Amino acid sequence: MKYLYVGGTPEADPEALTAVRERVGGEFGVPVREVELPGVEFAYDAGRNQHGSIPVLEMLSRQCPADALKLLAVTERDLFIPVLTFVFGHAQLGGRVAVISLARLRQEFYGLAPDREIFLERVAKEALHETGHTFGLVHCPDQRCAMSLATGIRHIDLKDAAFCRSCAAEWRRSSRES
Amino acid sequence: MKTHWQILVVDDEEVMCESLAAWLREDGYAVDTAASGREALEKARQKDYAIYFVDLKMPGGMDGIETMMQIRRLHPEASIIIITAYATVDTAITAMKEGAQEYIVKPCNPEEISLLVNRIIKVKNLQRENTILRKKLSRQYHFQDVISKNARMREILNLATEVASLRSTVLIQGESGTGKELVARAIHNSGDRASKPFVAVSCAALAETLLESELFGHEKGAFTGAAQQKPGKFEMAEGGTIFLDEIGDISPKLQVDLLRVLQDRSFYRVGGSEEVRVDVRVVAATNVNLLQAVAEGTFRDDLFYRLNVIEIRIPPLRERREDIPLLAGHFLERLSHELGKDIGEISEGGLKVLMDYNWPGNVRELENAVERAMVTCRGRQLTEDDFSFLAQNQAASRAWTVPAGMTLQEMEKLLIASTIERTGGNIKEAAAVLGIDRSTLYEKIKRYEIAR
Repeated sequence: MKYLYVGGTPEADPEALTAVRERVGGEFGVPVREVELPGVEFAYDAGRNQHGSIPVLEMLSRQCPADALKLLAVTERDLFIPVLTFVFGHAQLGGRVAVISLARLRQEFYGLAPDREIFLERVAKEALHETGHTFGLVHCPDQRCAMSLATGIRHIDLKDAAFCRSCAAEWRRSSRES
Repeated sequence: MKTHWQILVVDDEEVMCESLAAWLREDGYAVDTAASGREALEKARQKDYAIYFVDLKMPGGMDGIETMMQIRRLHPEASIIIITAYATVDTAITAMKEGAQEYIVKPCNPEEISLLVNRIIKVKNLQRENTILRKKLSRQYHFQDVISKNARMREILNLATEVASLRSTVLIQGESGTGKELVARAIHNSGDRASKPFVAVSCAALAETLLESELFGHEKGAFTGAAQQKPGKFEMAEGGTIFLDEIGDISPKLQVDLLRVLQDRSFYRVGGSEEVRVDVRVVAATNVNLLQAVAEGTFRDDLFYRLNVIEIRIPPLRERREDIPLLAGHFLERLSHELGKDIGEISEGGLKVLMDYNWPGNVRELENAVERAMVTCRGRQLTEDDFSFLAQNQAASRAWTVPAGMTLQEMEKLLIASTIERTGGNIKEAAAVLGIDRSTLYEKIKRYEIAR
């Protein structure tokens, strides 16, 4: 039996973690288990005042339980890859681990009043998106699909917290093979 | 799917290279990486990448600009994006001047890269669609291997399609180099006989006795050297088509034999007494006026009417000038592969020279002219300079004064003899210069008794 593990770094919002577990469990139909994860301070880049998502993925690969189908991490830290100013999340395409950052999903990040509902909705979409990448799904041209590319927060808000028909079919094909 | 567009990321910093590659892969592209300019060039030689992301500062004596210039030599149509962490106006200007499509500063906003790649791919998709549509449009003017958009030629090709499945004899008339054999093959390939043999015989190239044996075969011992029975071209073409080129040149005896084949569908091998029956469709061709030959008594009228059941007259190239750009483009594309030269087009000036020329040797001469221009061309485009030899030919022919009292035949004999002399007796070269095929030249050499 394989499980979809979801774990937060120590500072991660517990309500967001619950939202992630419920959404990915429901969408992928795989039993979800919790896992405790260490902090990601080792990935801090003082020059950018951000955390590198690549070392985080490397750490997750080492931490990944043997019975894990996939491991999705949730962190409050703002993530980046060297060539980009930021990423909402990062996954091994067709691999086992992924991480999402909550930092840019809150309204407050954009100078707006807090809104838990919008925040949790965004968290669920990003969790689906990055987990989808671990199943080999690539960006979808349908802007409503959870697998569509989001380069800004407005793109995430345009999406549904679900896969389009074609991505759902691709995921079923991919999960049968894995 | 975007995976048919391949991207190469070139950066000496592995983490930079791999993270950008991974991000682009999530977007559905097939992405390779290279850690240096040299590695990038090696990969560019093996694959045709649509987009190159090249880091400006790389060690090892080959920086981003140098790498870009070398890649552009290999793939002028590739889109190259220079990426750098040290942006200056000077480097940006240099990069753009040397042909970079874009210049981005890392780290960059994800939206910036995404929009950039989408914009380039959109243009590439349109270019690809354009190429496909152009090819489709050009195929509209293709009938088998015959290319034309001329109304008369379209009528001929429609007729060829209509008669393709009949067994009726076809007589194709047209000047040398107009593509009589191509039309004959098109008729054969469009009909029920397509899967059976198409056998072409040049009646002008062989002496009477040889041609007789060639057409009808011979029995063992029929003549000195006939060590065994040999089937003729008629037997080889069983079930298919025999193409008799330069039919106007066959001897009176062979005219009788051929008439018998056309009437009875049977013949005797040379030296044989057993009748051989065949099911062969005859397509004959000539560049002489057979009706005139009939009037002069050199060609049997009964054979002429047997051959002329379906008559096709191919117009010379000068009467269908609209085909010149189409044909020239076709030859350019085909010869680019054969000659291994990357010449993409003919300039407006070059096309004007082709359109103004009179093409006495018709399509074959046009093909030879395109090939000759391509051999000497140093650029990626054939220009009027590459076709200057045509203008010289035309000027020379205009400047030449015809001696008084000279007949057309005397003039032709003189021209052939002098051309053969100039080519040192090389018949292939002489035929190319004269713009006629070798069989026609042999026939004329025989007719005019020209020494070789």
